[in-house]
Amino acid sequence: MNAKRSYAILLFLSANHALRAEKVLLDSGIACKLIPVPKDISSECGICVRILKTETQKSVAELTNHKLLVTKCINI
Amino acid sequence: MTNLIKKIYFDNAATSWPKPDCVVQAVTDFTQNIGSNPGRSGHSASVKSGRIVYAARESIARLFNFADPLRVIFTSNITEALNLALKGLLKSGDHVITSSMEHNSMMRPMRQLEKHGIEMTVVNCEQNGCLDPADLSRSVKSTTKMIALNHASNVTGTLLPIHEVGKICTDYGLLFLVDTAQTAGAFPIDMEEDHIDLLAFTGHKSLYGLSGTGGLIIGDRVDVENFLPLKEGGTGSRSEEEFQPIFLPDKFESGTLNFTGLAALNASVNWVRDTGIENIRRHETELTKHLLSGLKSIPKIKLYGPINENFQTATVSFNLNNLLPSETGLILDEKFNILCRIGLHCAPAAHKTVGTFPTGTVRFGLGYFNSKAEINQAIKALEAIS
Repeated sequence: MNAKRSYAILLFLSANHALRAEKVLLDSGIACKLIPVPKDISSECGICVRILKTETQKSVAELTNHKLLVTKCINI
Repeated sequence: MTNLIKKIYFDNAATSWPKPDCVVQAVTDFTQNIGSNPGRSGHSASVKSGRIVYAARESIARLFNFADPLRVIFTSNITEALNLALKGLLKSGDHVITSSMEHNSMMRPMRQLEKHGIEMTVVNCEQNGCLDPADLSRSVKSTTKMIALNHASNVTGTLLPIHEVGKICTDYGLLFLVDTAQTAGAFPIDMEEDHIDLLAFTGHKSLYGLSGTGGLIIGDRVDVENFLPLKEGGTGSRSEEEFQPIFLPDKFESGTLNFTGLAALNASVNWVRDTGIENIRRHETELTKHLLSGLKSIPKIKLYGPINENFQTATVSFNLNNLLPSETGLILDEKFNILCRIGLHCAPAAHKTVGTFPTGTVRFGLGYFNSKAEINQAIKALEAIS
């Protein structure tokens, strides 16, 4: 991980949704990575999507267009 | 498909064989290199597994022109998918309409529901299995909630007019459930154009995947909130709660999925897409025409169904009028190494419609990997038997 970059993580209802979110974002040209939900965050599924913090708004808009609910968005 | 055994396999309507090489490879790759439970852990192998299962959802959704892969529910087979749709959505006082050409995977759950206050109308088809959509319209009443049909009979291969019935459902505001066991992968099916609300599919027939896979695609018009799951349990989501999640697909997918089978299904659906459904259908139509022509040349054979390759799948039912189906099947197997299915094919209503109940028929279920040479051999065998 590049320490100079700021990231955000997006949480979803389930791993199924996180997997779809990864595909939707990548198809939209938004770089992202599936990672285990950090231990200190109350999780709704085992995995979440990490994105660049600067792409948060764009990512959430894209996911919403695909009927995906982002349950939490946390800067890390 | 290398090293084919010399047997002639004409039982593709029960399950397709052989499978494309990529399907076998997908199982091997998954088992040797991934093998993890999708959606249950956060480690890299679980994520890889999850991606493959998700890819299978996308492949299936794309195949049927459906936008949302998360509304593709995987089940252990199409029977479970049909049970889910019927028992999950129909309530006491509801009326459901079906045809007289259905498999018991449709009939039996409906008959069970009848005991719980659901009214059922079975619309009679013609003796060749064809259905007049107007007969369905005449059966619609104020309490009708759903029309549930197979796309094609597993006995005679007769195609049912799902596009026209889909329109009727839209006009009357009814849910349309389609059993695509005999057609998914061999015929173009479009959930939007055909107005299908609930599409049940199996993985191991014309989609050329493995047994233990199937599913139900839930269209946007279906009220998911009032749709009961067949089972509750672990989903890998909302683990802190003792109540079933309400979101899809988790609501309907309790317990570990057949992820190895779904890896195979993803490969097989991609193979179907790359091969081209039109090409598969064209080849099977040619084979069916060739088979029908050969069978018609044998005087002692009685054919059932449309007896026209354009109005049926690559499944053909017949009897040799001096032999029971079981006798014909045994001779074909033991003397000629030709494997087919005989009897009632789990579809007593269809046989009553056709006029072959309770004896049944001999059924040749052709598939993409069959050849005209194999059909020629079978015709010669039947000529010898007759």
